[in-house]
Amino acid sequence: MTRWSWHRLVLWSTLLLFAVFFLTPLYVMVATSLKDMAQVRNGHLLSLPTDPTLASWAKAWGTACTGIDCGGLKPFFLNSVAMVLPAVVVSTSIGAVNGYVLSKWRFRGSETLFAMLLFGVFMPMQVVLLPMSQVLGWLGLASSIWGLILVHIIAGLPSTTLFFRNYYVAVPDELVKAATIDGAGFWQIFWRIVLPLSTPIMMVTLIWQFTNIWNDFLYGVVFSGADSKPVTVGLNNLANTSSSVKEYNVDMAAALIAGLPTLIVYVLAGKYFVRGLTAGAVKG
Amino acid sequence: MSALSVRNVRKVFGKTTVLEDINLEAESGQFIILVGASGCGKSTLLNMIAGLDVPTSGTIHIADRDVTHVPSKDRDIAMVFQSYALYPTMSVAQNIAFGLEMRKVPLRDREKAISRVAKMLQIEHLLDRKPAQLSGGQRQRVAMGRALARDPKLFLFDEPLSNLDAKLRVEMRAEIKLLHQRTQTTTVYVTHDQVEAMTLGDRIAVMRAGRIEQFDPPEAIYNQPATRFVADFIGSPAMNFITGERRGDALVSGDVALTMTEAQSAALRGSDAPKVLYGVRPEAVSFSTHGLPGSIKMIEPTGPDTYVLVNTALGTLTARVPGNLARRAGDHVLVTWPSVQAHLFDAVSERRIA
Repeated sequence: MTRWSWHRLVLWSTLLLFAVFFLTPLYVMVATSLKDMAQVRNGHLLSLPTDPTLASWAKAWGTACTGIDCGGLKPFFLNSVAMVLPAVVVSTSIGAVNGYVLSKWRFRGSETLFAMLLFGVFMPMQVVLLPMSQVLGWLGLASSIWGLILVHIIAGLPSTTLFFRNYYVAVPDELVKAATIDGAGFWQIFWRIVLPLSTPIMMVTLIWQFTNIWNDFLYGVVFSGADSKPVTVGLNNLANTSSSVKEYNVDMAAALIAGLPTLIVYVLAGKYFVRGLTAGAVKG
Repeated sequence: MSALSVRNVRKVFGKTTVLEDINLEAESGQFIILVGASGCGKSTLLNMIAGLDVPTSGTIHIADRDVTHVPSKDRDIAMVFQSYALYPTMSVAQNIAFGLEMRKVPLRDREKAISRVAKMLQIEHLLDRKPAQLSGGQRQRVAMGRALARDPKLFLFDEPLSNLDAKLRVEMRAEIKLLHQRTQTTTVYVTHDQVEAMTLGDRIAVMRAGRIEQFDPPEAIYNQPATRFVADFIGSPAMNFITGERRGDALVSGDVALTMTEAQSAALRGSDAPKVLYGVRPEAVSFSTHGLPGSIKMIEPTGPDTYVLVNTALGTLTARVPGNLARRAGDHVLVTWPSVQAHLFDAVSERRIA
């Protein structure tokens, strides 16, 4: 073998090793979720299901017990959907406008404002728990899905603003000047010139916000009421509800259900994510 | 009628004064050039004429209307940018019509304008393309088309040719001149290129450090530079400068007398400048059978002309002689120039004496 192919061999083996290492947990989850309890008990952790069944998926979705309710993950999942859609759309939209203003319509103090917003990116989310619950109480939104949506919108603004602002800094100012002379106003320039250039960063922000909000547990457990718990909280309750036997297959199916939407988003829009993170300059 | 009038404009950013006491007048149809090195304030001045910036004091008038605080869109101007600033997501036709669309011009009139402009600039075959699919020269044309579509009172150009390669730059320069001859629209054109300034301008404002050094037609800028800076900035190779001291009515540098005409001597007598800068353009310097002895330091043939650097008692002088020169470095030569072609500047104030 030549030196070159040895090099390749080492490279590929290493990559393969890491791929196996990272994919094994996923395999275990999928395999276990397709087994019944007899197969779980008799088989090995890594063994394939001998008689695949979707029964644990059905149970996790519809009839598994979380505490005293036995309606499965379904209500939690629907809560999460109702929460994540408006929260992602609103926080991304406001972030886009913020970024547009902070990059193309700078005003006295706009850099300071941006610096303070940046502070929000690095602030640990635990810090806001108590003040935020107080504010939600004043607004009459405590323990409701609307309160949770509001919290996620506000918590997301620093990052969405940062993403759009940094992307728009690379958009030439002369485009805005040209449109100004052409007679376009603030919103016309945004809609007609700036927004059509924003697809990559829009996808990045949507994925980022969707993942963060869907996967959030802390705000979900703190600010939600009995009827507004998101799927992460539901999953936790489901897995922690003690019964006579630990149903690993149902737990695994539930975890997969809870994680599926983010997985799907990555598969569908992942290429935009990489493209959006690397693309900055707009070729005119 | 005055198409554009800039009166006593001053611009201060924080503690830096960017523009000081700027006055400009352009008659209808004139092609005005703002030329200067980068950082001289020429682009800031253009931005203020465009309404993208506001002067700290002073006023700007377009067609005898005070527009100092009028927004860009209500000034009836169009601008071509250095980067062209074409809207990347729109087609060429949409780019050209965008200004009309923003002004709520009906679709049919917009289409008429597009085809008129496309025909004028020969870009009919490009109308459906996106800017990214165009070459530099084509983008330049589209940018001009966008400006032409609205038939504005005033055209503004911000270094429109500096992103093009040398050959295309010369072509587009000629096209801009032809276009102006056809449309007769008053134009303000910013450049750092002295050749563009000389070839395009009806009047040239030479700027330096936020001030206008001279605002005159090209011939006057070249033949009667008002300051040493203008004399040095315009012309290639740059003017030769010799520091002369006054000895009675004469002017000397070392032991060499600097020749002057009667008129120049008279002007010098009327001046109290103790030291004088004596300037001679390279093309005024020639080789002869008499004159100042020197030796050739270097020869630079350019084709039509040859630049020759000559070491003399007055320092190194540059001569620009037509055609080729059958001489070599080290050769001894005699150089001379007609006194009438000399320029005299006060060495301290740098203002023209004669």
